Amino acid sequence: MIKFNHVTKEYPKGAALTDVSFHVPKGEFCFLTGHSGAGKTTALKLIYLAELPTAGDVRVSGFSSTRIAPREVPRLRRRLGIVFQDFRLLEDRTAEENVAFALEVTGARRSGIGPRVMRALAQVGLAGKAHQYPRELSGGEQQRVAIARALVNDPVVLLADEPTGNLDERATRGIFQLLRDINAAGTAVLMATHDLDLVKSLEGAHLVELQHGSVAYDSAEEAAPTEPEAP
Amino acid sequence: MNLVLRETLLAFRRAPLLSALSVTTIGFSLFVFGLFGLVTVNIQRVIGDVAERVEVVAYLRRGTPPEAVTVAVSDIQAFPEVQSVSQVTEAQALARARRELPEFQDIFQDLESNPLPASLDVRLKPEFRDAAHAGLVADRLKGFDFVDDVRFGSDWVAKLDRLRNIAGAVGLVVGAAFALVAIIIIGTTIRMAVLHRSSEITIMRLVGATDGFIRRPFLLEGLVKGLLGGALALALCYGAYEAVNAYLLHADFFTTGQALMGVAVGGLIGLAGSLVSIGRHLRSV
Repeated sequence: MIKFNHVTKEYPKGAALTDVSFHVPKGEFCFLTGHSGAGKTTALKLIYLAELPTAGDVRVSGFSSTRIAPREVPRLRRRLGIVFQDFRLLEDRTAEENVAFALEVTGARRSGIGPRVMRALAQVGLAGKAHQYPRELSGGEQQRVAIARALVNDPVVLLADEPTGNLDERATRGIFQLLRDINAAGTAVLMATHDLDLVKSLEGAHLVELQHGSVAYDSAEEAAPTEPEAP
Repeated sequence: MNLVLRETLLAFRRAPLLSALSVTTIGFSLFVFGLFGLVTVNIQRVIGDVAERVEVVAYLRRGTPPEAVTVAVSDIQAFPEVQSVSQVTEAQALARARRELPEFQDIFQDLESNPLPASLDVRLKPEFRDAAHAGLVADRLKGFDFVDDVRFGSDWVAKLDRLRNIAGAVGLVVGAAFALVAIIIIGTTIRMAVLHRSSEITIMRLVGATDGFIRRPFLLEGLVKGLLGGALALALCYGAYEAVNAYLLHADFFTTGQALMGVAVGGLIGLAGSLVSIGRHLRSV
């Protein structure tokens, strides 16, 4: 479902990723780890096509970075849910409005928006705080709103870029559990993190470790080193 | 409520100070442009009033049969430059001279015979009231046998032409400069509004909004700000016009059509400014 095929991304200051290949199948929980500057955020940006690879191909849910037309990019993003370390909520809208916004911009029917938003907020445990503004919520709750916004379009994969980076330990555990629940319900999760304690706490999860822009370790490769590459 | 309309209203509600500042800036830059427009309108009116007096007069030979003149009048009226032709008999010419030149009353009283010739006073259509066309019509009138002499005040008509050309050139250059300044100021104002909402634009893109969807509220916002700024500029111009009329001189204001066009231009500049600003922003993020 997400497939990096010998992907290189170069910036004027140097290469962020070099010949990176890995595969995240449907419904999987995958960690993308590595130190700061290892290329995790660049890899996520290539998935939601905020950036295009310099070489190689990124395939996401039927779209290919080498063939996608610019007008198709919004369609790709509607199939993804994206969560950031800094939440990226609209400060002047309530939790409910922030989540609804993700549906409104896709042109969803107005009558269906309310129930879907409430369902997403209930899923992240914030049904009772729908009318509160981000500044009235704790960090963990703000991240839950961001996750609800990412979920409301029923994405095939949830991309989370250091989603617990700004949270205390308790909120981190809560958010991580939420991501596991979402994955258990069938949505693939690709989580970029440098928190190895989190990684270790989820046995059997797919782990891709980046070092200096290259794949240093891929647990899927180790488990099945002879598996032929999918076309 | 329509989403585009709601987002536009929200933009005004969320940043009322910035919105008011935008509208005021647009209003004042258009006000300067509008003042210049008022000056231009009034200069044109004065020139138009003077040009009204451009007339080609063909003096007729004595003893010309009236039938020949009548036939010629309909020919002259058919000239493309001609608006109207009026026949002035010798007696009418004398009566007019007595009326218009009272200082020569004594001389006119003592006349034994009327020395003034009959004439055809030819008025030109507004667009032909210049030296070149007046000269052309004069030459054609000279071709009639019964025409003795033709006058149209070629010197002052040539001066009027020069005045008109200078006013036109100055109007064009200064007007273009004012318009350019207004466009730059309005463009910058709208760019500020776009930058103010750049994080929102980023989020919209991440959740899959198309560029067209992102653009629409900004375009409507630019249009509304431009129209409000245009209306403010019109109100300011009206205030300036009233003040000039009360304390300085009698001036004309814009016609309703011109006033509406001015407000519409404000809207269009707002729309174009938004289109450029949001387009540039979308390309850069």
